[in-house]
Amino acid sequence: MSDAALIDVEWLSETIGGGIARGSEWLVNTILDHGQPALSVIAAAVDGLGETLDGLLLGVPPWLLALVLAAIALWRVGRGFALFTLLALGGIFVMGLWEPTVSTLGLVLASTALSLMGGVPLGIWMARSKLADGLGKTLLDLMQTMPAFVYLIPAVLFFGLGRVPGIIATVVFAMPPAVRLTALGIRQVPVELVEAGRAFGCRQHQLLFKIQLPNALPSIMAGVNQTMMMALSMIVVASMIGAGGLGNVVLQGIQRLDIGLGVQSGLSVVFLAVVLDRITQSFGRGLGRPAAAGKAKRRWWRR
Amino acid sequence: MTMILPTPTGSSSTGTAPVRLAVRGLRKVFADDPSPALEMLRHGATKAEVLQRLNVNVGVAEASFDIRAGEIFVIMGLSGSGKSTIVRLLNRLIEPSEGEIRLDGRDLTGLSYSALVEVLRRDMSMVFQSFALLPNRTALENAAFGLEVAGVKRGERRRAALTALERVGLADYADRYPNELSGGMQQRVGLARALAKNPTIMLMDEAFSALDPLIRSDMQGELLRLQREDARTIVFISHDAEEAMRIADRIAVMEDGRIAQIGTPAEILRAPADEYVRAFFRGVDASRVLRARDIARPPDDGLPQPGLEPVAADTPIHALLGRVAAAPGPLPVVEADGRLIGVISRAVLLEALDRGEGAGREVRHV
Repeated sequence: MSDAALIDVEWLSETIGGGIARGSEWLVNTILDHGQPALSVIAAAVDGLGETLDGLLLGVPPWLLALVLAAIALWRVGRGFALFTLLALGGIFVMGLWEPTVSTLGLVLASTALSLMGGVPLGIWMARSKLADGLGKTLLDLMQTMPAFVYLIPAVLFFGLGRVPGIIATVVFAMPPAVRLTALGIRQVPVELVEAGRAFGCRQHQLLFKIQLPNALPSIMAGVNQTMMMALSMIVVASMIGAGGLGNVVLQGIQRLDIGLGVQSGLSVVFLAVVLDRITQSFGRGLGRPAAAGKAKRRWWRR
Repeated sequence: MTMILPTPTGSSSTGTAPVRLAVRGLRKVFADDPSPALEMLRHGATKAEVLQRLNVNVGVAEASFDIRAGEIFVIMGLSGSGKSTIVRLLNRLIEPSEGEIRLDGRDLTGLSYSALVEVLRRDMSMVFQSFALLPNRTALENAAFGLEVAGVKRGERRRAALTALERVGLADYADRYPNELSGGMQQRVGLARALAKNPTIMLMDEAFSALDPLIRSDMQGELLRLQREDARTIVFISHDAEEAMRIADRIAVMEDGRIAQIGTPAEILRAPADEYVRAFFRGVDASRVLRARDIARPPDDGLPQPGLEPVAADTPIHALLGRVAAAPGPLPVVEADGRLIGVISRAVLLEALDRGEGAGREVRHV
């Protein structure tokens, strides 16, 4: 290898690597300098949502919340799973981790809700426009492959420490499946159904709400499920920037090298994950095509 | 008012009815810039030539025809002949590259999106080969779909949908979901959906092709029965020669994106425009399609032999074979009003039934 080549590589690494670093710094600074009002509006809204959900879930007595979740499990999945839900939640309560678990549940619900609010419309747009699809795919690849921790940095820069940056970093991390599966679901709606809609004089919004979304629902619900699972994993990581919840307990376990605490909090995350996963999955199965669901489960969303 | 009395199939008596759909110089090429391909087509290039020269797919190379009120107009051809594209051009599911589609004189190709939606809601409905029912809706809700989209109130549209389901014999299945119904029943729902909004024009894209032969025959009968009741203008796409012969008032045969021939079933059987058309209908039993009127010829000496009982002009010729064979001379053929239109001799009958290479050469129009 010649000297000239080495010099070139250094020069390249300086220009490109440094460029990326300077570029992102510039972007962050510009947003910080000029976007303050927007940032505070976002922060207030996100904080409000998180606060409300947190208050709501913690305001309910533990036994009632457990019963409600078990009832949903009974209705959507079955008796065995309802029993598991009760035992899992009871276990969490006995381990003394009820409050952080419920906090985490609130954070997950808030993040999932925000991810869906952004992700579903984006998915619809991608399914309808080639340009949006191209741009969106690139953006989603970036969002999904970027190491999760990297999101924590701008989140902290923009929103400081606490619940808000935690939720926002989680939303960015958890949104891609909602977008992708919405777009996929809409694209997979059989052509003849869309033709039927158009042939009978559907306007664009009727086509979307009467044909495309109902038939894409199983796929969209799979996206909801994925998003929720990713939100749960990220919100634990986000405790590093003060998001709170079970992640804090995990962090304590690490700091004190307390294996017991670590396993307890880890198990609580797993229990919560299994309950949320099975329940959201059941919604994906039952919708859209009545054949897939049992007779009794068929019509609940239509009445 | 464009309501027309039902007409017997196979006759050309809709020939006097007003034109509902007038299609002129309709072309569709699938290309970002259609102009070079259109230019080639205008100079008579074939689909294959355009594909080879420009790598552009041609859906419809050129089509012009009139569809009259109250007739069942069958467009037929092999797959790839452009018949499914044509029916989608008529309601602009596919945008035409060139040409006019006039509905009652109004050019649909120039309509804005909103105006087109209004026309589709009011005048047209469509029946699909794959049924295309919405799986998350009951038969009743599917049948009510066109009305729902058009903003008709719930009670009213459910009544109309139920009436439509009754007409196709499915009132008892109103609350079933499509996947609980057999293929034939699903297509009846598809038919009910098309009928419920009471369209003046129905587009049927290979509507019965996915059904078993027996069910298909049932549905053809059903369509003819419904058509006798309310005489809509129906554009029916098919690749099945028997089906076309049975239900059509007129048939357009498509070949490579162009119309090879348009005529009544009898006209097409009697005088196919080319080898392709002839080959297409070779398997068809002409004795069931042609009627006495279609083959009767002026008697050689001006008057038929007296004393022979005349044949009604409507009689299908398969019902005449024995009588013609047994008669001492050519049988006179009369219209319902008693007017003599010609005679049928054994030679004429045999010529009409001859579906071989030489068929059609000797037999002339009356």
